[in-house]
Amino acid sequence: MSPRFFTSVREATAVEPEAMERTILVALAGQPNVGKSTLFNLLTGLKQHVGNWPGKTVERKEGTFVHNEIHYRLVDLPGTYSLTANSAEEVIAREFIIRERPDVVVTLVDAAILERSLYLVAELVSLPAPVIVALNMMDVARQEGMQIEPEVLQAALGVPVVPMVATKSVGVRELVETVGQVASGEIPYTPKPPQIRADHQEVLEEIEGLIVGCVPDPYPQEWVALKLLEGDREITKMMEECLPAGRWEEVHDVLRAHDDALVAVASGRYEWIGRMVRAAVTRPRAGQISLTERLDRWATHPFWGLLILASILGLIFWLTYTVGTPLQDLLDTYVVGLLADLARTGLAGVPAWLVDLVADGIIGGVGAVLTFLPILVIFFAVMSVLEDVGYMARAAYVMDGFMHLMGLHGKSFLPLFLGFGCNVPAVLGTRVIESERARLLTILLAPLIPCTARMAVVAFLAPAFFGSAATLVSWGMVLLALLLVALSGVLINKVLFRGRRAAFIMELPLYHLPNWRTIGMLVWQRSLAFIKKAGTLILVVSVVVWALSVLPGGEVESSYLAAVGRWLEPVGRLMGFDWRLMVALLTSFIAKENSIATLGILFGAGEGAGLAETLAVTFPAATALAFLVVQMLFVPCVATVAVVRQETNSWRWTLFNVGFLFVISWAAGAGVFWLARVVGL
Amino acid sequence: MRNRPKMRRVVPLPASEMASENEVVPLSVLSTGEQGVVIELAGGRGLLGRMTSLGFTPGAMVTVLQNFGRGPIIVRVRDARIALGRGEAGRVYVRRRSE
Repeated sequence: MSPRFFTSVREATAVEPEAMERTILVALAGQPNVGKSTLFNLLTGLKQHVGNWPGKTVERKEGTFVHNEIHYRLVDLPGTYSLTANSAEEVIAREFIIRERPDVVVTLVDAAILERSLYLVAELVSLPAPVIVALNMMDVARQEGMQIEPEVLQAALGVPVVPMVATKSVGVRELVETVGQVASGEIPYTPKPPQIRADHQEVLEEIEGLIVGCVPDPYPQEWVALKLLEGDREITKMMEECLPAGRWEEVHDVLRAHDDALVAVASGRYEWIGRMVRAAVTRPRAGQISLTERLDRWATHPFWGLLILASILGLIFWLTYTVGTPLQDLLDTYVVGLLADLARTGLAGVPAWLVDLVADGIIGGVGAVLTFLPILVIFFAVMSVLEDVGYMARAAYVMDGFMHLMGLHGKSFLPLFLGFGCNVPAVLGTRVIESERARLLTILLAPLIPCTARMAVVAFLAPAFFGSAATLVSWGMVLLALLLVALSGVLINKVLFRGRRAAFIMELPLYHLPNWRTIGMLVWQRSLAFIKKAGTLILVVSVVVWALSVLPGGEVESSYLAAVGRWLEPVGRLMGFDWRLMVALLTSFIAKENSIATLGILFGAGEGAGLAETLAVTFPAATALAFLVVQMLFVPCVATVAVVRQETNSWRWTLFNVGFLFVISWAAGAGVFWLARVVGL
Repeated sequence: MRNRPKMRRVVPLPASEMASENEVVPLSVLSTGEQGVVIELAGGRGLLGRMTSLGFTPGAMVTVLQNFGRGPIIVRVRDARIALGRGEAGRVYVRRRSE
């Protein structure tokens, strides 16, 4: 894709020659937690598009805006601390700048953490695109007792510096005007990039001499030499391929002799930053303790921190049950129910199968998508509020030790915990996890968490079989599921990721008031993405499974689905299942609670207490126990599968996940069945 | 990356700083409220890359905000609060600063 495709469109139409000759491509860079999304939303409003970076599961946001008749295209780069290939985000950010050559790179910097956030600027000014420093959170810096003079910083850096407070829209107009002036050349761009520390100057030149003429376009040669010295994985690989073998050996020998260079290069950048800020910042450090540090004495305390987290989780679930569930029911009866009735009356005279297809199949499928929304919106809102105010990192910190046991780290806790409500937001919630590997592992484990729909089935069946021991059985199911989460976590981590666990290094951002605009945009985008991407798949699968359950005769008992159930019966016989239990499991693919309705039809007992009694006399307790276990761990519902596909961006991982759960549920079911037999149930 | 063993990378500071009498210890042994100056970092490239970009470079001042003796610790470095696993904190060597 050409970065300037707007230009060609405009040239083709060629109405106004002078006024708006082209679109300015602006990249928005910055470290995490500096307010990038706030600024992005402020500039682009609703004119934005959210997707993924090609071939990656990293979110890509792009938007447009117009100021003074100039058109701007803004691309939000992933938040990164540096530009060394430690993660997919860092590679994406630098590749975009090097390959797409944006007209301006706006780098958002947190004034309250000035030195640390300028580290990214130190890397960016060595790349071939003009940089503007947007000095955000000036108000916070002032509160912390820091005095920053932007003009002094600007003079030192040789790069335009615009002070701003994005949350209050202060400085945004100035920023946009500066962007326009830099892009047009009105403001000359004369950066003073950092030099490598004197003791490594020579070796850098040596490497540059060795690679000269062999660096593929469009990479700047000096930058490549520096990245080689830093031991950058991607650049090392690239140069090993590009250089003649003998030459690479020489480079490699030099690098080996200087493998302490990474720290030297980083220190060099920080020394440069130190010189830049020395004149611009005065801080009468009175040693006062900030609000954040005072709050953290409670929020990150090993005991109080857990208590606070537990209260927040309690509140989330209270909100889900008092607001979400009733809304879900309302949607189901009034919107979905009414639609189905309307379809039935409106389609009078049309063949019956077509009416059924529309009313039960399609509208049923749409309903399945729609009824997810209230819960999703609540969970998205809660997650983004917690993230925005800065609490998410604290929750991760408090839970890190526990999650460690499963080869995960703290950030996986909240998404997995949401899985108890519904697996769909659990999978979608994994976006808060930065490490791609940890994220994938969390997605794969999320469907093992017993969601409310699955617990409802347990709650319905357990009393009939186990009487007063039903509560015990239910808790046993939950414990078994959690045990399997832990075991699978360790196993997948060992086998697929060879036991590598990303180091636990996490910034605890300053607490601040939530920005409702940012949160609103996030909830809106995530819900829309769910409907568009996952919704389609859910609808299609729902209609197909519905069709299989009524074709050819209109009765489940004689349907294709029943035939599949009968065909699968031998597998279920291991645990004493008959074909009807198999069909119940198959229909639970649309929604977990469907297995009760299916059993009701197949046993001709409706869904009332009669069904539970019928089942209790039909099957021995061991089979019932095994059925509960399989139903608990079985292939997740289609909505979960759809979001696993959406979030992993890979059918391979999605199918792996489904297969994995299939095997686990069957193995656990058979295990429990034989154990129960031995005990004498 | 051929033939490159995963080794400890040690970056010494100039001799003047080394002459100080305060001991060099892993960051994880400092207790809440104590301060230290980073002397050297140990670890593979990936870890070093992340640590240095977050501001842990030789000469940087680190204040321990929370250390309960087990589990991850919280430190302040270059005005930012960073949570570090105990293992990661053990790879940052600092010279303890007396008040």
